[in-house]
Amino acid sequence: MRGIWNPGVQKWFSRVLIFSWFSGLLAFSAFAAEPVQIGSKKFTESYVLGEIAKRSLSDAGISVEHRQGLGGTIILWEALRSGQIDIYPEYTGTITQEILKRSDPLTFEQIANELGKAGIGMTEPLGFNNTYALVMLRSHAEKLGLHTISDLKNHPELKFGLTHEFLDRQDGWRPLTEDYQFNPQNVIGIDHALGYGALVKGSIDVKDAYSTDAKISENDLIVLEDDHQFFPQYKAVFLFRFALAEPAIAALRKLEGTIDEAKMVRLNAKAERTKNYARAANLYFEPDATSTRLRQGSGEASISFGETFPHKLTRWTARHLELAGFSLLLSVLVGIPLGIFASRGGAIGHVILGFAGIVQTIPSLALLALLVPLPFFGISVRTAITALFLYGLLPIVRNTATGLQDIPRALRESAIALGLSPAARLWQIHLPMASRSILAGIKTSAVINVGTATLAALIGAGGLGEPILSGLNLNDHATILQGAVPAAILALLVQSLFDLLDRVLIPKGLRL
Amino acid sequence: MSALVQLVGVSKTFGDAAAVHAIDLSIEGGKTTVLIGPSGCGKSTLLRLIIGLIQPDTGEIIFDSAKINANRPARRKLGEGGIDIVRRRIGYVIQEGGLFPHLTARGNILLMARHLGRAESEMRTRLSELCELTRFPENLLDRYPLELSGGQRQRVSLMRALMLSPELLLLDEPLGALDPLVRAALQKDLKEIFARLQQTALLVTHDLAEAAYLGDEIVLVNEGRIVQQGSLADLREKPASDFVSEFINAQRSLAMI
Repeated sequence: MRGIWNPGVQKWFSRVLIFSWFSGLLAFSAFAAEPVQIGSKKFTESYVLGEIAKRSLSDAGISVEHRQGLGGTIILWEALRSGQIDIYPEYTGTITQEILKRSDPLTFEQIANELGKAGIGMTEPLGFNNTYALVMLRSHAEKLGLHTISDLKNHPELKFGLTHEFLDRQDGWRPLTEDYQFNPQNVIGIDHALGYGALVKGSIDVKDAYSTDAKISENDLIVLEDDHQFFPQYKAVFLFRFALAEPAIAALRKLEGTIDEAKMVRLNAKAERTKNYARAANLYFEPDATSTRLRQGSGEASISFGETFPHKLTRWTARHLELAGFSLLLSVLVGIPLGIFASRGGAIGHVILGFAGIVQTIPSLALLALLVPLPFFGISVRTAITALFLYGLLPIVRNTATGLQDIPRALRESAIALGLSPAARLWQIHLPMASRSILAGIKTSAVINVGTATLAALIGAGGLGEPILSGLNLNDHATILQGAVPAAILALLVQSLFDLLDRVLIPKGLRL
Repeated sequence: MSALVQLVGVSKTFGDAAAVHAIDLSIEGGKTTVLIGPSGCGKSTLLRLIIGLIQPDTGEIIFDSAKINANRPARRKLGEGGIDIVRRRIGYVIQEGGLFPHLTARGNILLMARHLGRAESEMRTRLSELCELTRFPENLLDRYPLELSGGQRQRVSLMRALMLSPELLLLDEPLGALDPLVRAALQKDLKEIFARLQQTALLVTHDLAEAAYLGDEIVLVNEGRIVQQGSLADLREKPASDFVSEFINAQRSLAMI
């Protein structure tokens, strides 16, 4: 027989809470410590430069961490300005156009001055100019007799597959077509790494690339000559916070003027061949490295890439569950009360459902980019969890509201007529009766979160998105699958876990 | 015997639902009063007004000499949770039973007693009494509403309403959804129960035979107004209007065809 005061209902809710707690518990593990933070963007060269800087600093005895593959200039820049990271590699053209938002060309000194106002320093150029370029298969270009960008004007049938960033940039596609006065119709947006596959297969004819891209030689591509000198200079530099300690800046400045185009292409090619950025970075240090330095370096490197696959998989999966679990816990704790308010209809109900609906329509990458510049967030696990939490809200809010609204009027009135207090009606009648719908909402959120959590890797929050991202970047399907398969299995497991939970949490009388 | 419930000039109008106009009605203690009339005449609305599911636009509802309609001064007088305290002195049974599907028969019946923290032994005794009274097999108490027949559900609903020994029992077409045999059996049992408990009851039906069988007093309602009040004989022999004769003639039993 049950306790004195009512049934399984209290038990029911405490079980929900306990479950939510477990799923979120892992999330309280350590947030980042205090070493110098180096950031890099989501492409090979940036990873390699990040690794080189890491190696240079750690050779100088400085504790350093590399947060690889963060998405997009704006995320890196905001992270640098707010002190989430201390250093990252950037290009002068990108600084002028995207960060300083200037359309007129600036001298190197002017750029340094402007950045100084934001408390950010810039090294001298590292040596190479990685400008944008339009590339084609060599065989295809020769057949059509194309050498320069101007030559494209005579071939309106060509298909352009361009990265989204290039399509939107102030020094990107639109000004380029204005400058060259041509207007191709067949233009699609495509991920940079996937674009090479499309180019080789012939589903696109022309794509944008960087002039030091290893894939240019690997895939036997040619760079169409920029005969109008449209593309600005993209000299590689490191940006760093003035607050950074002197020895770290000195170690960074050692890299100035030491990498020319040929060397960068070699490093990039090495990175893509070995699938290992640290090893490619080591190549930089080899020719002129002292024997001590080399030994230290390789010793350290072996720690970082000696990590076994099961160990990595465990780390990714644990982080993935942290992200999805903790965000789900928040969605449940906030979503159910909001759903209860929303179920009462009226203006507040509409506002709540409207808000949750709007959040759902923001593309996840855009939501991440919106959160990163905010003070509390930055490039952190916090940001990823917050974004996932917001995505998880709508299904829970909506299902809670609908579940409650679907309770027949006769039963609501019976509860009132019995003389139950409003709180007792909610806990003992309404919530248990809506439990099936509420749980279905939580299940939807959980599955969405497990899937969406892969995007957390874009802001360096880790998880199973990490191998997916670097696999996309290296054009390496095996690496992509290392993340994609476990993520899919995880989603299925979550689904079946919730199917089991239904049996425990939905009162038996509702399952007849 | 004095009136347990009094409605004085009670009016309630809705957008489209059954309205009532300037109703004066006294419910005598210990008697069964039956509200009868065509569908949509406002008879269910009167029950919903008494239990406080809706509030009158004008007029007063007095239960055991306390005003319980929801205009603010009256509510304040009743005190915090006042209307709930009144509701616990009233039992309410509706046509579909109104049983909560996630609770067993026992869970439904004991819901309110548990909420009030009644002693386990007291509840057990009361539950046995009720099963005996309503002829409900005790071994079915752990079934869920969906596992019970329509008649059994209404017996459970009746037990739930009687659990706290209410001074007033409101029944809104309690037998309306049952087939004729079950209905007849339940009518008989209801009559016995009311007699044994000397229960003050207010029952809504549209079936004249049921009203005549169960009711000490019949109140005929049409278009939101009380048309005539009295025994069946009064209604038949001294109809207050043509409508009363028409209503009674329309419900002549099969035997007269």
